[in-house]
Amino acid sequence: MLLAYVLKRLFWSIPFMFAVSLVAFALIQAPPGDFVTSLAATLAQSGDVVEQARLDALRERYGLDQPFLVQYWRWITGVLHGDFGQSFEWNQPVSDLIWERMGLSVVLAIATLLFTWAIAFPVGIYSAVKKYSIGDYIISAIGFIGLSIPNFLLGLVLMYIAVVHFGSDTSGLFSEQYQQAPWSWDKFIDLLKHLWIPVIILGTSSTASLIRIMRANLLDELHKPYVTTARAKGLSEWHLLVKYPVRLALNPFVSTIGWAFPQLVSGSVIISYVLSLPTAGPLLLQALLAQDMYLAGAFILLLCCLSVFGMIVSDILLAIIDPRIRYR
Amino acid sequence: MSSIASTTGNAADQASQWTLMWWAFRRHRLAVLGLMIVGLLYFIAAFVELLAPYDPDLSNARAVNHPPQALHFIKKEKDGGWSFQPYVIGMTQKRDPITLATTFTPDPTKTVDVQFFGKGEPTKLWGIFPVERRLIAPKVLGERFYLIGADRLGRDMLSRVLYGTRISMSIGLLGVLMSLVLDIFLGGLSGSYGGWIDATVQRIVEFKLAMPTIPIWLGLSAALPQDWPPTWRYFAITIILSLIGWTELARVVRGRFLALRTEDFVIAARLDGCSQMRVIFRHMLPSMVSHIIASVSLAIPMMIIAETSLSFLGLGLLPPTISWGVLLKEAQNVRTIAEAPWLFSPGVAVCLAVLALNFLGDGLRDAADPYAQEGR
Repeated sequence: MLLAYVLKRLFWSIPFMFAVSLVAFALIQAPPGDFVTSLAATLAQSGDVVEQARLDALRERYGLDQPFLVQYWRWITGVLHGDFGQSFEWNQPVSDLIWERMGLSVVLAIATLLFTWAIAFPVGIYSAVKKYSIGDYIISAIGFIGLSIPNFLLGLVLMYIAVVHFGSDTSGLFSEQYQQAPWSWDKFIDLLKHLWIPVIILGTSSTASLIRIMRANLLDELHKPYVTTARAKGLSEWHLLVKYPVRLALNPFVSTIGWAFPQLVSGSVIISYVLSLPTAGPLLLQALLAQDMYLAGAFILLLCCLSVFGMIVSDILLAIIDPRIRYR
Repeated sequence: MSSIASTTGNAADQASQWTLMWWAFRRHRLAVLGLMIVGLLYFIAAFVELLAPYDPDLSNARAVNHPPQALHFIKKEKDGGWSFQPYVIGMTQKRDPITLATTFTPDPTKTVDVQFFGKGEPTKLWGIFPVERRLIAPKVLGERFYLIGADRLGRDMLSRVLYGTRISMSIGLLGVLMSLVLDIFLGGLSGSYGGWIDATVQRIVEFKLAMPTIPIWLGLSAALPQDWPPTWRYFAITIILSLIGWTELARVVRGRFLALRTEDFVIAARLDGCSQMRVIFRHMLPSMVSHIIASVSLAIPMMIIAETSLSFLGLGLLPPTISWGVLLKEAQNVRTIAEAPWLFSPGVAVCLAVLALNFLGDGLRDAADPYAQEGR
């Protein structure tokens, strides 16, 4: 039964992925003009004479004069073979540019997700069990504020505090000596030292909403008869709480992989730009502004795929921990 | 005792749905506070020409990054007497001969008198009605004061933030209204017909939810031509925001339609021979208006944050349009904000607006179904 559900879910994701790739490609095709137009504009600005014949040759070489579907076909067949095309701006294959940055984006998102869980789980339980206590009110207030501050603003404020009060520059993910260095244990430690600031900034709003969800779910469960029964049987309060209601209230935690993880990956675009992290965000922005379409397209496609992937994982996990879902 | 109880009981029985909602809403202190702040912000957005002391584009080469000046109300005369005369203490600019950094120091001998409802530069309210009086203006026309500082071109931050209110608050409202039309149409279609229409719309909604919003926003806004006039860009960004933000409400509307479909009054209307359109618009829609309002007030802050983020990245609205996001773009790097922290003030405005709208929406959501609360 579980296997059938998983297979069905995986099967459904195929047309999904196809639609996603079509959207990603349409998006990078959308700007008026193409890369050659912006190249010509840049060259003309610096005073170079641009021959029409050379531009046409460039267009033909990259297939920019072909109809949309032909270009899409060329692109998607390449992508399936791991070839994302050529970045015009960097003059390098796209696949050389993206993987390390996408990897760091995913590391950042996973670290943030773990942070979110680690905070939201105990705080959500506390907030529900001690409903309307001072602690609950304080948590709710902080949660509301956390939800209301745009990510990048929080980033700027933290950077301001770090610079003015601690005199340290917090941007980037690595110290200078490790920036170009190959991966090593020391570099990893260095990464961890820098990672916590973007993690806090990125995780604040999802932590806040997860606490609210956890609290609401647990409150619904706490007044059910089985809790009263367990209490009447003399189970200790802690045992009773963790064994039954918390387990049921845990479902939203798993479904966060579905909504929070992709949100974290794509949300980190803005915050990475502010903190100048070497993740996918800044490069994507730059590529979009320069209409470097294969590079931008690869990022958008990968980010979309990560979202779909996150949803599948969370659906399957939910089906494993909650058998009711499989039969719907 | 019993008579009081029975009269209050009667009042609750006779009160209309909206009165009941108001009672439920009033119990939420924070929501009422949120309502007041939101009202104030939209008031500012509507009448900014009467409130801002200066033209937001009026620059001043001698007040680059001018720090904020506090407003004093009681002016002491030299002979020891005093009078009610609002004023600010002027500042003198000094340039460090070595680092060439400019510093401003307060100079108590120089004061700028300020007048409430005084005369400012003539301007036009909504571009139509000529107005001169401002809520707060220098007593002597042409003098400058900076209550929350000035930006790198010496433009008054207060005026700029106030003008930004108009664009930022309206783009949220307009974007939500646009997505509302789409939501009610698709949600209603899917909820009231069911069957394959429902299935198709639900697949579209699921697809939409699976797409990561931020890269799509960025891609769409990057696709806008850079040379469009500001108004076109404003509407294009609004449309992009509403295209991205619509799905949540479509689900709410669909759910309500599904729940209402089997209600007695809907069946009665259908048996009476009302057309499908009449059943939807005359009978079903009014009973979910309160839910829609609540969802809308929770969707507006999302739109405001989205616009601010886009403009902050330089992909949304562009100068000379003034929005909170465009203003925050000035505060992008650490060096600037360490030198002139008051460039953050648009950020304070964003937080205030979003927080107030969230409180308001929360209160509205609790009040949206007054009958359900009576039963609890």
